[in-house]
Amino acid sequence: MNSTQTLIKDLARQYGRDRRNLLPIIQGVVEQENYISEFAMIEIAKELNMPASDVFGTASFYSFLEHRKMGFYVIRVCKTIACAMKGTNQIMHAIEDMLKVKIGETTPDGKFTVLQTNCLGWCHKAPAMLINDEVFTDLSPERVREILGEYMRKNR
Amino acid sequence: MNEKVNITINGVPLRVDENKTILDAAEELNIKIPTLCYHKDLCVAGNCRVCVVEQVGTNKLPAACATPVHDGMEIMTNSLKVRNARKHIIELLLAEHNAECTKCYKNGNCELQELAAEYKIINQEFMNLVADHGCTIDDFSPSIMKDDSRCIRCQRCVRTCAELQGVNALTVAYKGSEMKISTFFEKPISDVVCTNCGQCVNHCPTGALIEKNYIEEVWEAISDPEKHVVVQTAPAVRVGLGEELGFEVGERVTGKMVAALKRLGFDAVLDTDFTADLTILEEGTELLHRLKEALVDKNPDVKLPMATSCSPGWIKYIEHMYPEYLPNLSSCKSPQQMFGALVKTYYAKERKIKPENIISVSIMPCTAKKFEANRPEMHDSGYRDVDYVLTTRELAIMIKQAGIEFMKLPDEHYDRLMGESTGAGVIFGATGGVMEAALRTAYEIVTGREVPFENLNITAVRGEDGLREAKIKIENPVKEWAFLDGVELKCAVAHGLINAREVMELVKSGKSDYHFIEVMACPGGCLGGGGQPIPTDPEIRKRRMEAIYAEDMGMPIRKSHENPEVKQIYQSFLGQPYSEKSHELLHTKYLPRERY
Ligand code: SF4
Ligand code: SF4
Ligand code: SF4
Ligand code: FES
Repeated sequence: MNSTQTLIKDLARQYGRDRRNLLPIIQGVVEQENYISEFAMIEIAKELNMPASDVFGTASFYSFLEHRKMGFYVIRVCKTIACAMKGTNQIMHAIEDMLKVKIGETTPDGKFTVLQTNCLGWCHKAPAMLINDEVFTDLSPERVREILGEYMRKNR
Repeated sequence: MNEKVNITINGVPLRVDENKTILDAAEELNIKIPTLCYHKDLCVAGNCRVCVVEQVGTNKLPAACATPVHDGMEIMTNSLKVRNARKHIIELLLAEHNAECTKCYKNGNCELQELAAEYKIINQEFMNLVADHGCTIDDFSPSIMKDDSRCIRCQRCVRTCAELQGVNALTVAYKGSEMKISTFFEKPISDVVCTNCGQCVNHCPTGALIEKNYIEEVWEAISDPEKHVVVQTAPAVRVGLGEELGFEVGERVTGKMVAALKRLGFDAVLDTDFTADLTILEEGTELLHRLKEALVDKNPDVKLPMATSCSPGWIKYIEHMYPEYLPNLSSCKSPQQMFGALVKTYYAKERKIKPENIISVSIMPCTAKKFEANRPEMHDSGYRDVDYVLTTRELAIMIKQAGIEFMKLPDEHYDRLMGESTGAGVIFGATGGVMEAALRTAYEIVTGREVPFENLNITAVRGEDGLREAKIKIENPVKEWAFLDGVELKCAVAHGLINAREVMELVKSGKSDYHFIEVMACPGGCLGGGGQPIPTDPEIRKRRMEAIYAEDMGMPIRKSHENPEVKQIYQSFLGQPYSEKSHELLHTKYLPRERY
């Protein structure tokens, strides 16, 4: 048994094997592995005795349950209107320029993935972004360069 | 007793059961409310909203399919408010729809198109978003094609695959404007647990799910003077085809279908019913052998219950879901594939035609048969046994293309050599039919007497219940089968894969003691197959079923072993049922597949 299988077995034991326990189990996997892989979905389907298609359907419904491999740090830039009006474009340029990747891509070293997200609820402090669970608001290109610079120096 | 409530629809008073929906109530008054996501075979989804009606005195526009009536309700189905809302809803659907009807396979048989025509949607009021969607076409399966750009996300297919079939190959993925119908991880349909049954195809209201069609290939073969093109027709086609060509549901069109096939230019028009009869002899004999080996010789490798193997959707289902039970499947090929293997051997020899010059075409009520013909195992004649499989719908298209006035055709007869059939072969098209046909023959082999039922009709295995059981007691068998004296043969019949699951779970739990199980992947059996005319619903399938049994009653011979051409083929070619030659051509093996 590999670590994903063990993790899923543990989660299933913890939450139960009913269909309604699917979501916390997926969340548990994403918490550990940063995303939910095809392999993990199949393991969950087996564990809960449910169709793999439905695990995929459920996971893909939620924006924060990524099913493609993500970098160690997932940057989510708000794409909704309040942030857009306060210059998301410039923020995006700064990030892409610094990390040399485009939206949806991961840096070759596997450290960062850049994504867009719907409203984060920080419209009053737009523009906003998330790096993993941390929120950054009132962004400007300089702020972004500062923040990313720090993260780039950080070890994982 | 249900409580009754009083309502009015368009001013007409009505007393109805309170658990009815507005849609059901309107139907009682013969008022049609348009629907898209609603289907009689499926649970209510209430997501398309085209069935909105006005509830007088409120500012609500409830969905008729999803709203139960209550006392005093006043409903308008065609007020200005309703018409405007409905029109907007259709326009919005079309704004996200690749509505190039002239380049669509469903052109002329599409519920969305019909609605757009009814409401005369001519101007484009909303911004067209088709180009933004980046839709995928999946045409890797030999059976099913999926084009997301034609999908209105009504989810009928998802419900069909889950509720009728219990396969869940399809799901709803993503959300909002990105929501789509998807397989696991958006893999091609051919790479997932899909059984190719085609039920999603004949429940889809648009051109998003269609059969892979081989009409042009068949036309090409017909027009090639070098080729001898042989066609076989499955039992259920004759009770469905008429629906596409002007007849009422339930009309039998066997003779006209044969006449049409001859006029299309096929060199020989033969009958899958012939190999259905042959299947009965092979499978019946196999069952008796298995009973002997399991009950008398106590051979642990011989598995009971034996399950039928005529339905390729069921075969793929069990390969995915219950691979440990593959030894329980009869090794008999389906009638289509038996036919294919014989056409390029026996038929070729008798007719003195080189097998490489034969193109064998089959007309099937089924999309899974396309996949089956494509299986690598199905080359026992030394060639691909069945070259092209067309659905009932594709045949209807060819007949229309050829300008044949189907309704005015005379009745004609199948050609000889593999064209003769019996009532037992015909009932293969209905759920329970294989069981009944097998019992008619096996009982007689064992006892030397006919089955003890009036007119040979084993009504216990007939009907519409998803899972049915029957017992037949064997008394005074002939010497060879003396060990079966007093044995009560226990049979189960399931149709629709959701019921196949039920029967397999029973078998797995050890709670059942069946000897013989018949499973058909589609609701109603082949007559409700994924390649049959659209629409389908319980009432339509019932009428087709009645037609099948009427056809059986009308046949001069009604037992497979009495088919003279079957007797002849055993005499001159195969030897005995279950012989070595039979095994070479008529039997096959199965393949365990991944469940996930
Ligand atoms: S699915 Fe229907 S409405 Fe859409 S293009 Fe095809 S025929 Fe036209
Ligand atoms: S594929 Fe057909 S049945 Fe399925 S959601 Fe789309 S339109 Fe509806
Ligand atoms: S063909 Fe049958 S099994 Fe495959 S997706 Fe459609 S309904 Fe499901
Ligand atoms: S038919 Fe009623 S909401 Fe779709």
